[in-house]
Amino acid sequence: MLRAVSLAKRFGGVRAVQDLTLEIEAGAVHSIIGPNGAGKTTLLNLLSGIERPDLGEIFFDGAALAGAPPHRFAAAGIGRTFQNLQIFFNMSALENVMAGAWLHQACGLAAALLRLPRLARAEHRAREEAQALLEFVGLARWTHAASDAMPYGALKRLEIARALAARPKLLLLDEPAAGLNPTEARELDGLIRRIAARGITVVLVEHNMKLVMELSQRVLVLHEGRKLADGEPRRVSADPAVLEAYLGAEHA
Amino acid sequence: MSAQLLQSLFSGLTVGAIYALVALGFAIIYNASRIINFAQGEFVMIGGMAAAVFVDAGLPLPLSIVAAVGLGMLVGLLLEKLAVEPARGAPVVTLIIITIGASILLRGLAALVWDKKIRPLPAFSGEAPLMIGGATLLPQTLWVLGTTLAAVAALWWFFNRTLSGKAMLAVSHNRLAAQLVGISVRRVLLVSFGLSAALGALAGALIAPISFTAWDVGVMLGLKGFAAAMLGGIGSGPGAVAGGLALGLIEALGAGYLSSAYKDVFAFVVLLAALVFLPNGLAGHGPAERV
Amino acid sequence: MAAAPLALPNNYTYEVAILVGLNAVVCVGLNLLVGYAGQISLGHAGFFGLGAYASAILAARYGWPPALSLPAAVAGVAVLAWLVGRPILRLRGHYLAMATLGLGIIVSQVLATEDRITGGPDGMTVVPIAVFGITLSGERLWYWIVGTLLIATVWLAQNLIDSPRGRALRALHGAEIAAAAAGIDAARHKLGAFVLSAALAALAGALTAHYSGFITPSKASFLHSIELVTMVVFGGMASTFGAVVGAAVLTTLPQLLAGFKDYELVTLGALMMLTMIFMPRGLVPTLEKALDAARRKPR
Repeated sequence: MLRAVSLAKRFGGVRAVQDLTLEIEAGAVHSIIGPNGAGKTTLLNLLSGIERPDLGEIFFDGAALAGAPPHRFAAAGIGRTFQNLQIFFNMSALENVMAGAWLHQACGLAAALLRLPRLARAEHRAREEAQALLEFVGLARWTHAASDAMPYGALKRLEIARALAARPKLLLLDEPAAGLNPTEARELDGLIRRIAARGITVVLVEHNMKLVMELSQRVLVLHEGRKLADGEPRRVSADPAVLEAYLGAEHA
Repeated sequence: MSAQLLQSLFSGLTVGAIYALVALGFAIIYNASRIINFAQGEFVMIGGMAAAVFVDAGLPLPLSIVAAVGLGMLVGLLLEKLAVEPARGAPVVTLIIITIGASILLRGLAALVWDKKIRPLPAFSGEAPLMIGGATLLPQTLWVLGTTLAAVAALWWFFNRTLSGKAMLAVSHNRLAAQLVGISVRRVLLVSFGLSAALGALAGALIAPISFTAWDVGVMLGLKGFAAAMLGGIGSGPGAVAGGLALGLIEALGAGYLSSAYKDVFAFVVLLAALVFLPNGLAGHGPAERV
Repeated sequence: MAAAPLALPNNYTYEVAILVGLNAVVCVGLNLLVGYAGQISLGHAGFFGLGAYASAILAARYGWPPALSLPAAVAGVAVLAWLVGRPILRLRGHYLAMATLGLGIIVSQVLATEDRITGGPDGMTVVPIAVFGITLSGERLWYWIVGTLLIATVWLAQNLIDSPRGRALRALHGAEIAAAAAGIDAARHKLGAFVLSAALAALAGALTAHYSGFITPSKASFLHSIELVTMVVFGGMASTFGAVVGAAVLTTLPQLLAGFKDYELVTLGALMMLTMIFMPRGLVPTLEKALDAARRKPR
């Protein structure tokens, strides 16, 4: 589904990502793990178009995307959530999700300015779909709440609902479990399974190993911007190079 | 070198030194607070006007200048205490409006308290121009350049060799970390405004003998000083000085060789070009946004 | 709006009302850009002035009937805004503010300097608009024209805001990166808001010119740009009604202070500062919030 070849990105003197090649299979849940500074968020930024790679190619369903602006990545079917919440705090929860569905709300300028009836019908549908998504992620009670009144855990799920509103084929989740307590993490596990059950390919950047091992069909380990290991969770967790990177040489 | 070119160079460097001082004022405040102080030009106006008023009232020139700089500093401190501090943490648009409002208020007050007359200030050491290579050089120009040099050197020493100066630099690099090691950000903010205002007032007193002063000189000087700061890279001290001198030269050469009617426009064309093509200025670097 | 004429005793108050209406049209457009899309423009008076002068010059020097020169001027300014907006809107925050400020100043300087075309700092006279041979003049007629225009503008603006496009604009303001990740083309939407608000400013400018019969470069000045932004910010950002209120208050205030002309600047400056310190969201949203809180108070 998604193929990245020899990606490289540097920020000043720091080589965040070096010569990285990876493949995401459709329909599977992938995880990307690695120590802090390994380049995980940079990789997600590259795969969603928020950063342009210095070198390398990105192919999604055959289309070459490297260098395109982020909204074209979104239009191709890639959605994402963010490590540092990027909620639209100037809108309610429902409006956040409706905004996320922009790609499916083609709205001519004339129709918008003149408030034509077909726009009203389309808005009604959009509202219903957004409400359904909020229920799907378990946020039904927050539907009309102002987003800046919601707790952290709810906001993380709101970002997921918003990303789903765009009907992505591939969903990139950047540390969705960060700051969640064990109960919330369990709920997140369930949510991700439900998302995968809908046929959406999920890529997870995570530090929560329990989540990673239980959910993923494939795990990619990054270290200092390079691929250290790539494969099934069980095999990767036993890989001596991985153990060394995470836990130090004595444990290898 | 032709006399006209030399003349342009002299006047360009002179006005460039003033832009440099104003730009430094912008840089100091920006570094301490990430605020662009649109009222910076009014400090220049206060410096020149107050000095002229004090001289008219009979005070000797050196005392008038010192008093004017002091008044400017006081206004800067008041501005920070009364307008900037209460609005800390507000979004960029809000802060911009506040400082623009302050500049309008100060201008209105100057027109009320003093008047709208154009006032000259006596030159610091005589009016007889020197002739160098066929071009005239006013002694005041030497004062401007010399004082600017001294001010820049003093600032460099302050920021790099004294504890308070280093504390201010620390705040500009990482406010939270500076607070955690016990640096009072509020004090730093206050000092930055006072220092910038004093610099601006000094610049005003320096240039008043050459280009006179009035209640509304602050607008253009402030805007051009900002253009200079942007050119050099906002937040960079050396950049501000380089940007100021460069801008002054561009303006003088442009007015001399291209079009004197559009003299004021050069600064803004340069500003636009700097913003669009050199977003980080000649020396500075913009902040990176973490997602 | 229909009731107001009953309260307006004389031509002078009609005149003020017309000025309020024209400023309000600019402010509604500017509010779309500043309040909803979250951008800044400190040079909007430049578009106002360009629209005014373009229509005036086409009519006076090239003999175009104002009924043609006006739309042409608006279209011309829109195209200019489109060309200029593309590089400039890549900037953010203070940098964008300074770029728009620089543009505004360049425009006002050019208008003042090219006196052969524009009449220089003293301005130029403008021919009145004639439609089907009827000259449009007289305060009462213009009051209805401007009033209708304002109502139409507010209606269109609200529709836009309530539509998915309006949501996209607000999303850009809320978190631009997330908006882009949702498929919203940031550059195109910002440019659209910029061009639309520039066109509205140009329209108001051209109408002002033909209404008052005279135009000077001060209409494109930095001070005028600041006044416009203050109206939007004072009345309430992200509130179309707020933009109208802001225009109303800040246009009538100098008229009330006519005897205190010297205090005009001091008042404006103080007003700007106090508003931003104590009512950072503007008058209308602050009042709305206060009303909400009062309603929810237990009795």
